[in-house]
Amino acid sequence: MDGNAAPRGRSLHRFANPGRFMRLSGAVLPWVAMLGIAVSAVGLVWGLGFAPRDWQQGDTVRIMYVHVPAAWMAMGGYLGLAIASFTSLVWRHPLADIAATSIAPVGAVFTAICLITGSLWGKPMWGTWWVWDARLTSVLVLFFLYLGHIALTSAFDEPERAARPAAILALIGAVNLPIIKFSVDWWNTLHQPASVTRFDAPAVHVDILWPLLIAGLGFLFAFAAIVLLRMRTTILERRARALMLARAAEARAPEAVPA
Amino acid sequence: MSRKKRRLWILLLCGLGLGTATALTLTAFEDSLVFFFSPSDLAAKPMPPDRPFRVGGLVEAGSVVRSTNAEGRMETAFLVTDGARSLRVTYTGILPDLFREGQGVVAEGRLRPDGSFAASTVLARHDETYMPPEVADALKRAGHWQPGQPPPPAALWNTLTAPATN
Repeated sequence: MDGNAAPRGRSLHRFANPGRFMRLSGAVLPWVAMLGIAVSAVGLVWGLGFAPRDWQQGDTVRIMYVHVPAAWMAMGGYLGLAIASFTSLVWRHPLADIAATSIAPVGAVFTAICLITGSLWGKPMWGTWWVWDARLTSVLVLFFLYLGHIALTSAFDEPERAARPAAILALIGAVNLPIIKFSVDWWNTLHQPASVTRFDAPAVHVDILWPLLIAGLGFLFAFAAIVLLRMRTTILERRARALMLARAAEARAPEAVPA
Repeated sequence: MSRKKRRLWILLLCGLGLGTATALTLTAFEDSLVFFFSPSDLAAKPMPPDRPFRVGGLVEAGSVVRSTNAEGRMETAFLVTDGARSLRVTYTGILPDLFREGQGVVAEGRLRPDGSFAASTVLARHDETYMPPEVADALKRAGHWQPGQPPPPAALWNTLTAPATN
């Protein structure tokens, strides 16, 4: 029963590196989580309660303080998913797979927040909950890409076997990122063009821009904290699974295991 | 070449191929990807009558005429312009709150035989400018922003230090 010993040896090697990750992330996680809550709270309270109204949208503009940071996280999260998938495919780094599976559901939630708040914003300002313009449609496609990634990774009984097809799906979907970003420049859309990331000055007044940027930073810390927590949980789950499998193998064939 | 390096190059080549294919597809379907046509687009490529489509632009300053029809519903006629050309649009019903002269709009409907556009839906399209009402008023008072026109470039009024207009 040589076949039994080989995978066990490999699985121990696989978690040599995640062990260091567990120590580092354990030390960093409380701080990132606290920053996520505190900075998001400052940005949101400032934006929702104290920032000035907008010259054309009045108080409705305050939806922006949730909508825009959520949109940044939706796209930044997918960029992270694509980088993790690339690292996983090229260098076969076990942490990269775990990062990808941990990012996808969080990114999907932030994309859903972006879509829902955008719809709530569109009704009073544009006069419609939804249109099939290039920006809105490409963000909906981003949401489905996240869902597809989640479905694919959970379709396999052994999470390690899902890594490669899921990484390929994530990389193919990455072509959607520039489409989302530039959809408002390449085609006529109902959604307005970029306000913050422009070549000249941002078209958002500083009194509105500061709380927006702070909320964005807070969302970034919160996103990172949730992903770190999920990565740690996944590593512990896989460790427990490997231990249980090893124990089951020992119980089944005690004579094959060297003493 | 090591296996890692080979995998890296294969992935980069796949990415290049996928990107090119996507760019070509999007270019080919350009006409169905735009959400609306501008009056200049329509002048260059006229739409067949009775085919529904969307037209977008700014509501021309001084062009809005409101009336009430026989059934007591609000009727609005206005010009949608992209600066070069304009199209006469009529609409019966309640307009979005943001609708006003100089505001972006997207109207959905079809052309009438007389060349005007009968809208069944009018959506407001706001621009990417966000500023407090006081700053907007100050810009208008100082003559940097003509009423009924789009806001002046952001570099004029927005810096990351507190502007003097506050």
